[in-house]
Amino acid sequence: MNITLSVNGETVTADVLPRTHLVDFLREQLGLTGSHLGCEHGVCGACTVRLDGDIVRGCLVLAVQADGCVVETIEGLSDTGEIADLQAAFIARNALQCGFCTPAMLIAAQDLLRHGGVPTREEIREHLSGNYCRCTGYQAIVDAVEQTARQRHDAVESTAGTREAAR
Amino acid sequence: MKAAAFDYVRATSVGEALSLLTRHGTGAKLLAGGQSLLPALNLRLSAPDILIDISRIDALRSIVVSPSGLKIGALTRHADLLGSADIARHAPLLSRAIVHVAHAALRSRGTIGGSLANADPAAELPACILALAARLVAEGPDGVRVIPASSFFTGLFETALRPDEILTAIEIDPQHADATHGFEELARRSGDYAIVGLAAQGRRANGAWTELRLGYFSVGTRATLALQAAEILIGGGSLDEAAAALGRDLQPHDDLQASASTRLHLARVLLRRVVTRMETAA
Repeated sequence: MNITLSVNGETVTADVLPRTHLVDFLREQLGLTGSHLGCEHGVCGACTVRLDGDIVRGCLVLAVQADGCVVETIEGLSDTGEIADLQAAFIARNALQCGFCTPAMLIAAQDLLRHGGVPTREEIREHLSGNYCRCTGYQAIVDAVEQTARQRHDAVESTAGTREAAR
Repeated sequence: MKAAAFDYVRATSVGEALSLLTRHGTGAKLLAGGQSLLPALNLRLSAPDILIDISRIDALRSIVVSPSGLKIGALTRHADLLGSADIARHAPLLSRAIVHVAHAALRSRGTIGGSLANADPAAELPACILALAARLVAEGPDGVRVIPASSFFTGLFETALRPDEILTAIEIDPQHADATHGFEELARRSGDYAIVGLAAQGRRANGAWTELRLGYFSVGTRATLALQAAEILIGGGSLDEAAAALGRDLQPHDDLQASASTRLHLARVLLRRVVTRMETAA
């Protein structure tokens, strides 16, 4: 079947089999291998991508269902710089080891962070509970997400403060 | 694993979906949010000839409040329910339960109608719908019929829906001022299917239950109302008596997570917790 969709800002037209799920399509037909395929039944979270602004399991959406939709993958989120600070925090905090879960972990974390504010560690854990990491024990990941939330919050505050001072 | 090959067609209206269902018969499967169907396809537990994608029938994605109550379109997603002030106000049990349904990345796609029609015994929403005494609206070639929640879930992944029908909406009566609800589930990890769960809805007046429905899930082959336990509590009986009655109300199953006797024990633990909290809050 023929589908047309936006992937990381570029319009893509492709012919896909109905049974091909979104992540196989992204990886094998578009060469976007940052989205990983772990369990392939919605449990591990490694295939998390954004579809029309919401995070989804890429293995639980068919490519044909993404026809006409906007898809964003880790490649897109990296290239736009949207999560540069979060990625830096992951490195600084050693929040990854093998890296298999990391792209999806970043997308899931950004989904929480983009709502603003500083989530509690409990809220961070809850939001990431659908993403498995077998290396880190999660502590460093939660640290990195928390640190990024604080930095973003402080940046917003200080911008507001500068504006106030300039008055 | 990869799904076996199937054909795919997208329906843009309920009428079109119904005629596709009739045309393709039992080889067809409806695709709503796909968050249970896709895993089943990928694991090859299900191998339909054709998927009829109804997920873009926007008319079925709605939450409407009227004097006759709430009407939730079957394709309303879990994330829609979670973010809805109307649901929080008029069916707070659903708002409370929905955070336990999987994870954000699945709630963004999964639908209430899909969950109910799938009738997974471990799912939260069937038990909530039983506790809320909701009505399920089904459309078929012969028109529309309304099925009470209490007769909707007929067995393991089985419902009263006929093969040529589509679940289109869920109706919930207006809440009374003295309504109260409770929800709790026991799961190994956040977002996992519960080992045992309880969704409860009732009314209290002068320190006594005038109405109470106890919807259990992950206990036996389908979501189940504990009728005798509720009857005892409404009649002024003790929690001990109600907990004992659960042995007659429920038919717990054994699986890798827990034995039947553990499940019954946990069902009693949840009864005490949830009912006590509701009594204190009301």
